[in-house]
Amino acid sequence: MSKRIDVSDLNIYYGDFLAVEGVSMAIEPRSVTAFIGPSGCGKSTFLRSLNRMHEVIPGARVEGKVVMDGQDLYGSDIDPVDVRRTVGMVFQRPNPFPTMSIAENVLAGARLNSKRMRKSEADDLVESSLQGANLWNEVKDRLDRPGAGLSGGQQQRLCIARAIAVKPQVLLMDEPCSALDPISTLAIEDLIQKLKSDYTIVIVTHNMQQASRVSDMTAFFNIAGTGKPGKLIEMSDTASIFSNPSQKATEDYVSGRFG
Amino acid sequence: MSTTTPTRPPAATNAVRQRPGDRIFKGVATASGLAILVILAGVAAFLLYQAYPALVAPAADIAGGEGFWKYTAELVFGTALSAALALVIGAPLGVGIALFITHYAPRKLAAPLGYVIDLLAAIPSIVYGLWGVFVFAPALVPIYAWLADNLGWLPLFAGPVSSGRTMLTAGLVLAVMILPVITALSREVFRQTPTLQQEAALALGATRWEMVKYAVIPYGKSGVVAASMLGLGRALGETMAVAAVLSVAGGVTFNLISTQNPGTIAANIALQFPESTGLGVNLLVATGLVLFVITFLVNFAARAIVARTSKG
Amino acid sequence: MTQLTTPPRPAVGLGTTRHLPAWAPYAALAVSAAFSGAVLALAGFNTAGWLVLTAVVFTVLLVSASRAVEGPRKATDRFVTSLVVGAFLLALIPLVSVAWTVVSNGAARFDVEFFTYSMRGIVGEGGGAAHAIAGTLIITAITTVISVPIGILTAVYLVEYGRGSVARTITFLVDVMTGIPSIVAGLFSVALFTLLLGPGVRLGIMGSVALCVLMIPVVVRSTEEILRLVPHELREASYALGVPKWRTVVKVVLRTSVAGIGTGVTLAIARVIGETAPLLVTLGVTSAINYNPFDGRMSTLPTFAWFSYATPTLPVEASIDRAWTAALVLVILVMLFNLIARIVSRAFSPKTR
Repeated sequence: MSKRIDVSDLNIYYGDFLAVEGVSMAIEPRSVTAFIGPSGCGKSTFLRSLNRMHEVIPGARVEGKVVMDGQDLYGSDIDPVDVRRTVGMVFQRPNPFPTMSIAENVLAGARLNSKRMRKSEADDLVESSLQGANLWNEVKDRLDRPGAGLSGGQQQRLCIARAIAVKPQVLLMDEPCSALDPISTLAIEDLIQKLKSDYTIVIVTHNMQQASRVSDMTAFFNIAGTGKPGKLIEMSDTASIFSNPSQKATEDYVSGRFG
Repeated sequence: MSTTTPTRPPAATNAVRQRPGDRIFKGVATASGLAILVILAGVAAFLLYQAYPALVAPAADIAGGEGFWKYTAELVFGTALSAALALVIGAPLGVGIALFITHYAPRKLAAPLGYVIDLLAAIPSIVYGLWGVFVFAPALVPIYAWLADNLGWLPLFAGPVSSGRTMLTAGLVLAVMILPVITALSREVFRQTPTLQQEAALALGATRWEMVKYAVIPYGKSGVVAASMLGLGRALGETMAVAAVLSVAGGVTFNLISTQNPGTIAANIALQFPESTGLGVNLLVATGLVLFVITFLVNFAARAIVARTSKG
Repeated sequence: MTQLTTPPRPAVGLGTTRHLPAWAPYAALAVSAAFSGAVLALAGFNTAGWLVLTAVVFTVLLVSASRAVEGPRKATDRFVTSLVVGAFLLALIPLVSVAWTVVSNGAARFDVEFFTYSMRGIVGEGGGAAHAIAGTLIITAITTVISVPIGILTAVYLVEYGRGSVARTITFLVDVMTGIPSIVAGLFSVALFTLLLGPGVRLGIMGSVALCVLMIPVVVRSTEEILRLVPHELREASYALGVPKWRTVVKVVLRTSVAGIGTGVTLAIARVIGETAPLLVTLGVTSAINYNPFDGRMSTLPTFAWFSYATPTLPVEASIDRAWTAALVLVILVMLFNLIARIVSRAFSPKTR
């Protein structure tokens, strides 16, 4: 169910502007990889390049390779739509579809693509996805209510359920807890621990405690100044990044001396 | 994902392969956008084509016998005069109403009151025409009589007064019709004035009027100008109300309260068209083209002002 | 410590300036109403004159009282307030007058015959506007069917696909179209069909084409405004689920904004249904029902009202009455569409409960 991603020499441009420069890394399957770094260091941009979501912005392009199990995601015969079906994404702010019920939101990936599905099949998918997102017990009695009526934390878990209902290999999370209260944050962190047995998870976070709590590997990104490209400074297992980083900049950042 | 495809270097621009659905949908949407272009080009081209015979016809063949430009000049004068009257009366009222709704009326009432003014825009122009000729014009006759008696020395009010179907009545009806246009946009502008400055003015002990004068009107000035010009454009092109209300005898005069008035381009077309054939139709189309150009210029100026304001 | 020694002072300014009591404006209104009534009773009473005189006297009275008691700044403030309120009340006069006139004059022929009979073979009194109502509905329906897809798709193009100079040009042209006088739209249709079918032709479809020129820009503008309100996050959510762009636009963006688009379209219908001038030059006049927009002249409510007024048959009163009733039905239709617009916006907007 989960796959390995190898990134080599990736440059990301918006028009002529080089946003992220020369990133190479390996993301392991069945693990949680966290991206940390100051604002504007390109970690979110880099995350979005892993499922070609950055292409939504006109003028965005990349150089380099992102290889998932031997296949370059930026190959000329690859459809970005297929990439996104394999690499799911959860956003900073919960964004359930306001016109859909809870169940419809979970089925959105199939429904929006007009995929035909038997009723029992759909019900099973709703239940298993919501179970997978630790939300089933809270919403099983009101599946036909609007998704937008849930609390922020529930909405975010609904978005995770919606993402895993498409059965991706990889799950990207872009600061999934930054709009949530501490209790909801805890629920999401628990969920991430549970999901990593099935998915390759990559999470961007501003919260270093969160990174140290949930991740196995941590990558630190930094930026030399405004207008300069973001770069990967170092990547290692989480324990050593936080206790024994090899770079001075990383140490400054994780010890709170800047950023 | 299958793993059979060998990796290959990415294209420099990441040319995204499009799905057929995407291509078709984008094509249809683009075609619709281009249809607008075609329609507008069509409007200009067909009008020119049909107007051309009138533009080159010998003067004697044109109604009135003095050629196209003489015929049109009189109508342009009538159009401009009626629209100018509408603007002079409608713009201050419209701005006043907008101020009332945004800064004077209780906040809860603002939306319903705005809706009431918008109702003025919902009434079809033919209804204004019937109302103007049967109710409004007769009601104005005593006032015109008084004007002629007391201010008759002014060329504007020379009279004689015989009915209410005068240039001033037409201007008043048009003023009512453009009120909602001017009010709607002015309201929008006044509502967007920065509240901080208004609160600062009030905190300094300004009265409400002083606050409006120093913190609202300067900010909204160009918006009000643009709103008035959109209203002007509307008044220039209004047809049925003028056709019903205005009693036309031709000639150029500033006498606002007599029944010997110049016509307007739009009303003239509506009145003459059903009985016109041949060159007569070409002539009316040509005057319509002139109206199109005039309203285009006025609207263009208004949009330019709006665009300049919204930039900063 | 020094503060303790300073003598107590009254709070800043409060209580030191003089104000007119809160009831002053009402008292002034009562006095000026009575005064004006009395003056006009001597000169011959009429309602309009009484209202105007009351307003003038009220303003003078209140402003001079304020000037005497509160000073010039407050007086100016009260003067402007009176002007602004006056402007609003003044605008209500035509609105109320038009509404009252249309309803009271239109009621005379607001009967079953009006809705069931055409004017075919009718001389003098009686007859109805069935042909005009049918014409209005047919022509408005055709206009809507043509304009709405073009309008919505153009808005989709501008919001979702349009970039650079082409999009800017189309935006500009839509603005130009918004300003086209309705009579010019009518002439355009005439010019077009003269070219296709020869001079003097009058068809229902010509009217629809003219109205399309007026309706398309309205639909584009309102739809564009609504589509821009759809949060970008929803589009991203859909893309991230592996949904192609066109499905995202159709099933997420358009679906989310269906209430707003529906409202805009309904208001656009309300706007074109009352248009008279373009129909006057494209439809001609007829007294019989014609269901075929591609063959022969058609009548519509606005043109029916116009010709009943402009070229009445004897007795003139019967014609004028029919014109008023046509106007009333037209106003009811417009209000109905405005009402539908509000219902649509309520019913289709996304719910959270």
